[in-house]
Amino acid sequence: MVQIDAKILMNQRIAPERYKMVLSAPEIARQANPGQFVHVRVCEGYNPLLRRPFSVHRAKGQKIEILYKVVGRGTEILSRKKNGEYLDVLGPLGNGYRSPSAPSKISDIILVAGGTGVASLLFLAESLSRTSPELSILAIIGAKDKDELLCEGDFKRLGCRVEVATENGTKGYRGLASDLFQECLPLPVDKAKQVVFACGPSGMLKRVGEISKKRHFPCWVSLEEHLACGVGACLGCVVKVKGSNYTYKRVCRDGPVFDAGELVW
Amino acid sequence: MMRKSKEKLANLAIDLAGISLRNPVMVASGTFGYGEEYAELLDLNRLGAIVTKTITLKPRLGNEPPRIVETAYGILNSIGLQNVGLNGFIRDKLPFLKKYNVPLIVSIAGETPEEYVQLAQRLRREEIEGLELNLSCPNIKYERGLMFAQDSQATHRVVSKVRKATRLPLIVKLSPNVTDIASLAKVCEESGADAVSLINTFTAMAVDVESRRPILRQITGGLSGPAIKPIALRMVYEVYKKVKIPIVGMGGIMTASDALEFIMAGARAVAIGTGNFVDPRIPIKVIDGISEYMIKHGIRNIKSIVGSLRCRES
Repeated sequence: MVQIDAKILMNQRIAPERYKMVLSAPEIARQANPGQFVHVRVCEGYNPLLRRPFSVHRAKGQKIEILYKVVGRGTEILSRKKNGEYLDVLGPLGNGYRSPSAPSKISDIILVAGGTGVASLLFLAESLSRTSPELSILAIIGAKDKDELLCEGDFKRLGCRVEVATENGTKGYRGLASDLFQECLPLPVDKAKQVVFACGPSGMLKRVGEISKKRHFPCWVSLEEHLACGVGACLGCVVKVKGSNYTYKRVCRDGPVFDAGELVW
Repeated sequence: MMRKSKEKLANLAIDLAGISLRNPVMVASGTFGYGEEYAELLDLNRLGAIVTKTITLKPRLGNEPPRIVETAYGILNSIGLQNVGLNGFIRDKLPFLKKYNVPLIVSIAGETPEEYVQLAQRLRREEIEGLELNLSCPNIKYERGLMFAQDSQATHRVVSKVRKATRLPLIVKLSPNVTDIASLAKVCEESGADAVSLINTFTAMAVDVESRRPILRQITGGLSGPAIKPIALRMVYEVYKKVKIPIVGMGGIMTASDALEFIMAGARAVAIGTGNFVDPRIPIKVIDGISEYMIKHGIRNIKSIVGSLRCRES
C-alpha cells in the first residue's frame, strides 16, 4: 500500500458516461492483484470530501488502469481531468480475488460482470490466462444497453468464451447477467471443477451467490460500498457476515472480495 | 537533516497534562483505528500522540449499516463504537502500538461510571501515556437518553470516580450537543480531569428523497469534517476562557492554518480526525506547516501562541 501522486496518461470516454483512465503508478502496478482497488482523491478541495474507490482494471509495467461510470460529483470531476494532471492515489487496497486453491483441478472459471463490475474481472482473466493457461474461462457480461457493454473484445482476445446480456435486449441475451449465468451453466456439473467470480450491483451478486450455492460452486463476489478511509480504520463500510450469530467485516480491508456463502445479504 | 534543523528553530514540543508531546498534533479517536491501519502510510513516530479507537469492556459489534454518508464538506457516521473490547485490545492491538515511540492515549467508554473505572484500573497496568474518557459518542443508546457529556452530574460522577482509580492523565472528550460546553468543561476540571478534548461530532442526519428514508440505518449520526470547524473553534475559545486545564482542539482540521486557529483560540494540542480519511498525509503536513509558520513569524516556542488570540476590548 502506497500513497502517490499519479500522473494521468489517458482519460478517455469509451462508452456513454463510461471512462477509462490510465495512470502512471509504478509501485501500485507492481503490487496490485485482481480485485484490489485504489482510493482516489478527485479534487484538492473538500467537495466532495472523501476519496473515491475504483477497482484496478489493469496493472502493467508502470501503469494502472481504472474503468468508471459517471454517477455523481466525484466521478464527474474525474471525467474532466486532463492528461498530464496528477491525482492523489492510495493503493492497492483490500484483498483481491482468491486464486482457485488447486488450479489443476479446475477447468472452468465463470466470470459474471454487471456494468463497470467488469473492470476487475478482466484483470482477473488476464492474470489467470497468464498463470493458468489450461483453464477455460467463460465471461458473462451484462449491461442495460449494448452501448454500455464493456470489455467484450478484451475477453475474446484472451481466448475466453463470452456471453452477453442486455436488459433491453439490444445485444445477446435479453435480461440480467445473473439470469444468463443461470441459463448457461453447464449440465451435468462436476462441482469440483467450477469456480465463479462476480462483480456488479449487489442484487446481481446476491443472485449469482444463490445460484452458485444451489449448484455447489465456490463463488467469490466483489462488493461495492461507499468508503471513507479505505484502509480499515473507520469501520464505516462493514457488511454482515455469518458467525456464531453474525459479525461485521470491513469491505475495504477484509474485502472487497468475499465468499458469497459468508455474506448475510 | 532539514527536518531536524527546522525543529530546532521552531520548538513544537509541548506538555499536555503531564504527557510530553514532540509536537501538538495528535490523531483523533475513531479516525485512526488502532494505528496499524495507517502504519504503512505515515511514520507514526512523528505524531504528537495517537488516540486509539474507543475501547469498551466487552467487544462491541457496532451499528447496522449503512453507517456512513458523505454530506457537504463533511461526513455523517454512526459506527456505534465497534471495537475489539478491553482484552482484545490489550492482547491483539497494544503490542503493535508499543513498538512505536509515540505517546499513546487510550480512549475508553462505558455504559456506567463503574465500567469506566474498571477500564481505567486495567489499563493503568499498561504502558500507555493517558486515557481519554469518551463521554460523548452520539451513536450508542444511553439509559437516560442523554450521553454522559450532556449531563453535568453524570460527567462529574464518571470523571471523579475514574480520577480516584488511576493516576494516568485523564482527558475528557466533550460533546458539542450541549447548550454550554464551557460549563461542562468546568465540571470536568472540578472533578479532577487533567485536560478536555473537544469536540466530538454533532448529531445530524441526511435523507434519501427517492426512498424517503434516512440514509443512515440509525437515522441520525455524528457530523464531522470541515463543515463543523468554525463551530468547534468557537467552542474551544469559550472553554479556554472558562477553564485552566489544557484543551485538545479538534473539528475539521485539514491544514496547518486550521490547526493554528485552534491553538490561538486556546488549544494546547490539536487532533486530526476526518482529515485522516481524506489524506493520510494531513497530520504530517500540519506538523510541518506549523513549523514553517513559526519560523516565518519568528516564533521559537509553540507554547507562546497557545491562546494568543488578539481580541479587541469591547
